[in-house]
Amino acid sequence: MKTFALAGNPNCGKTTLFNALTGSTAHVGNWPGVTVDKREGVYKGGAEKVAIVDLPGIYSLSPYTPEEVISRNFILDEKPDGIINIVDATNLERNLYLTTQLLEMDVPVIVALNMMDEVEKVGDSIDVPALERAIGVPVVAISALRKSGIKELMGRAIAMPAKRRGATVLGGALASKIERAKQFFAATGVSSPLFHAVKMLEGDEIELRHDGAKQVYEEISAGHDMEAAVADERYKYISAHFSTAKLKKQKSALTRSDRVDKVLTHRVWGLPIFAVILFVIFHLTFAEDLFYINTIYSAATGGGALPTFGDMGYGFLGDSEIYENFGIALAACFYDGAVFSPGVILTNLFNLLLNYISYGIGLGVEAAGAAEWAASLVNDGIVGGITAVLGFLPQILTLFLFFSILEDTGYMARVAFILDRIFRRFGLSGRAFMPMIMGFGCSLPAMINTRTLADDNERTATIRVIPFFSCGAKLPILTAIAGGMCQLFGLPSVELITFCMYVLGIITAVICVIVMRATTMRGAVPPFIMELPAYHIPGFKNLMLHLWDKTKHFVKKAFTIIFVSTVLIWFLQSFRWNWTYIGADDMGESILASIGQFIQPIFTPLGFGSQLGTQYGWVFAVAAITGLIAKENVIATFTVLAAMIAPGFEGTEEGVEEAVLMISSTGMTPAACIAFIMFNMTTIPCFAAVATAKAELPAGKFGGTLVFWLVTSYLVGTAIYTVGNWWWTVFIWLVVAIAAAAVIVLYNLGKINLPKWGKRRA
Amino acid sequence: MIKQLSDFTVGQRGKIVKVNGDGAIRRRLFDMGVTPGADVMLRKKAPLGDPIEVNLRGYELTLRKAEAACVEVEL
Repeated sequence: MKTFALAGNPNCGKTTLFNALTGSTAHVGNWPGVTVDKREGVYKGGAEKVAIVDLPGIYSLSPYTPEEVISRNFILDEKPDGIINIVDATNLERNLYLTTQLLEMDVPVIVALNMMDEVEKVGDSIDVPALERAIGVPVVAISALRKSGIKELMGRAIAMPAKRRGATVLGGALASKIERAKQFFAATGVSSPLFHAVKMLEGDEIELRHDGAKQVYEEISAGHDMEAAVADERYKYISAHFSTAKLKKQKSALTRSDRVDKVLTHRVWGLPIFAVILFVIFHLTFAEDLFYINTIYSAATGGGALPTFGDMGYGFLGDSEIYENFGIALAACFYDGAVFSPGVILTNLFNLLLNYISYGIGLGVEAAGAAEWAASLVNDGIVGGITAVLGFLPQILTLFLFFSILEDTGYMARVAFILDRIFRRFGLSGRAFMPMIMGFGCSLPAMINTRTLADDNERTATIRVIPFFSCGAKLPILTAIAGGMCQLFGLPSVELITFCMYVLGIITAVICVIVMRATTMRGAVPPFIMELPAYHIPGFKNLMLHLWDKTKHFVKKAFTIIFVSTVLIWFLQSFRWNWTYIGADDMGESILASIGQFIQPIFTPLGFGSQLGTQYGWVFAVAAITGLIAKENVIATFTVLAAMIAPGFEGTEEGVEEAVLMISSTGMTPAACIAFIMFNMTTIPCFAAVATAKAELPAGKFGGTLVFWLVTSYLVGTAIYTVGNWWWTVFIWLVVAIAAAAVIVLYNLGKINLPKWGKRRA
Repeated sequence: MIKQLSDFTVGQRGKIVKVNGDGAIRRRLFDMGVTPGADVMLRKKAPLGDPIEVNLRGYELTLRKAEAACVEVEL
């Protein structure tokens, strides 16, 4: 089977062409060593099958970004049977810059001239035969979106001769220099000597690593700036030949894209419009009171509430939370006391299915007469764990869908443009904003979204602080404990406490980013030189394929690392040390409880350690551990533990009563409660997020990230507890913080030297 | 008259004469078509005044003022 590589600029329709060529055969992985998508598929439309490898979108073959190095190495080392170079006809000049570089390699090349229909629509035209004669390789006009011209493209690609000698468009004064360098590389026996020769002239650091290359380079360049000369020659050649090939009609007024842009990046309205778009996305994904219908109804009727189906007298199936009547159960996915948002409706439908399955499995296990522990393993451990994690899937995908739309329309690039100024202060670029804000919904899509960040340090720093942007699953912890605090300590408002916690999370994230960028993640602020693509309406099929990829990734993870971890925790909380099973209500005797008692002293500086006594004091430590499966588990654990503290205790849905009971029976102070919330918010996130972080972080950064989360949450918790209980300790913290900042600044200025500790905390 | 691209006002145009800056940034500018001889026009500034958006070689490019300061343009 022949293999063709697909190469082209970002935003030139490469993904669309790849999808059109390979359809459902595509599979996505990562290139070895880096988290850049490696997409492969098979084209079956012709006489013979052809393997298609989608190279990352690139502007050039310079050695500075991982994408460019990957593409270059793939073509040089893997020697594909040909390159399909997709070129955006509406942006011919810059796209051909890459083409002129690809032509220098000893590999057959065919140019797919995409979006010709767009060019014709505005009244321009491109002389395709003239272009083909000039560059000496086949050129085929296609429309990837309409799937026109694809058969011809692939037919001509397959018919290309197997061998092709590289040719360059660079001439004039450069010709003799290139010839000299080419002789050097030809003598070393590498393939594509012309390509290497030109790159060497550009002072390319990869080429200069060849034995003796540096000398030849010094000799040829004689101190002149060859890099600018080469780039200049390429563009000169392109504009001389193809500005004429493309008959440009006078651009009339503003295009539609321009008009849209005028509004969206407006000097005054740009930021508010962006805020509104974000709000709407989150509302449509997470709101359980769509468009505030219930709230408005309540205000209009003076405190009345829309009835739930439960209020109307419909009963539940067994002891589950599914309505007995299937029609009602289905209806309740859309409305149950309030109208739900699309994201919530999808979640409800999906969870209804999961509930039926787990209910069915529960009945099956009961009918099979399994031992109590085996039934619990299946129901609580395996099924419970998997459904807890899979249950997030619809909302993750909904959120991802919205953000993919923003990305594909070209708006995301504008958001980076609008916000870059703010983020540069913290050593990040405007691009880092999106992943962070997505973190408020769920850390998983947020971490995956960091792929748009080019700089490894920036990416690592961003992934590490994403969990501090408190996700939807952490909200129950906040509301339960804040509710408990309000009841016990007479504080005025749950909302206010919750809001402050969110703000505290953001402040923590900002401080952490600044500290990281000044210490372990040092490095210049990554450059921000980026194309702003024209706005366009995204293709439905591409969006769906994109989502399907994400789903596959997530489900695979749910069934491996997450599965193992949940079963392990189930085991620890259901068994005694002598391997006998205990019922769910006697968690106090479990292995997990004794681990909780053992680690309890560690939490003393945070206010929920030894000072709470040994009888129940360990419950918060245990809740923090079970929170690793999914943060909702913190409250679920409260319910179990509350039943242990006060036998016969009836749980409430929001967990407020549980929190009250646990806080009062352990004598926690308000400061300790806040410290507990913040600890859970900033510590190691749920297993699903941990697995995602491991996959998305650059190699070798995962261990350091776990340590970072533990240290940060511990410091934040301690600071809150000590300052909250003894206000004057704020001065101690300030002195320590200022001293630390001074040491970092002085060290970075080279004024002081610190002893090397080997590998420092990453 | 030679002026740095970072000092342009909205709507101003000119021809690039020289690109300075260190290795990676300079190379990136070249790759994006910011080379001597290219016509460039400042389209707009971000709401906070930085980065800027320019029009060159038939497309829109955004870059920070710090990077635009590397580009010398003849008005």
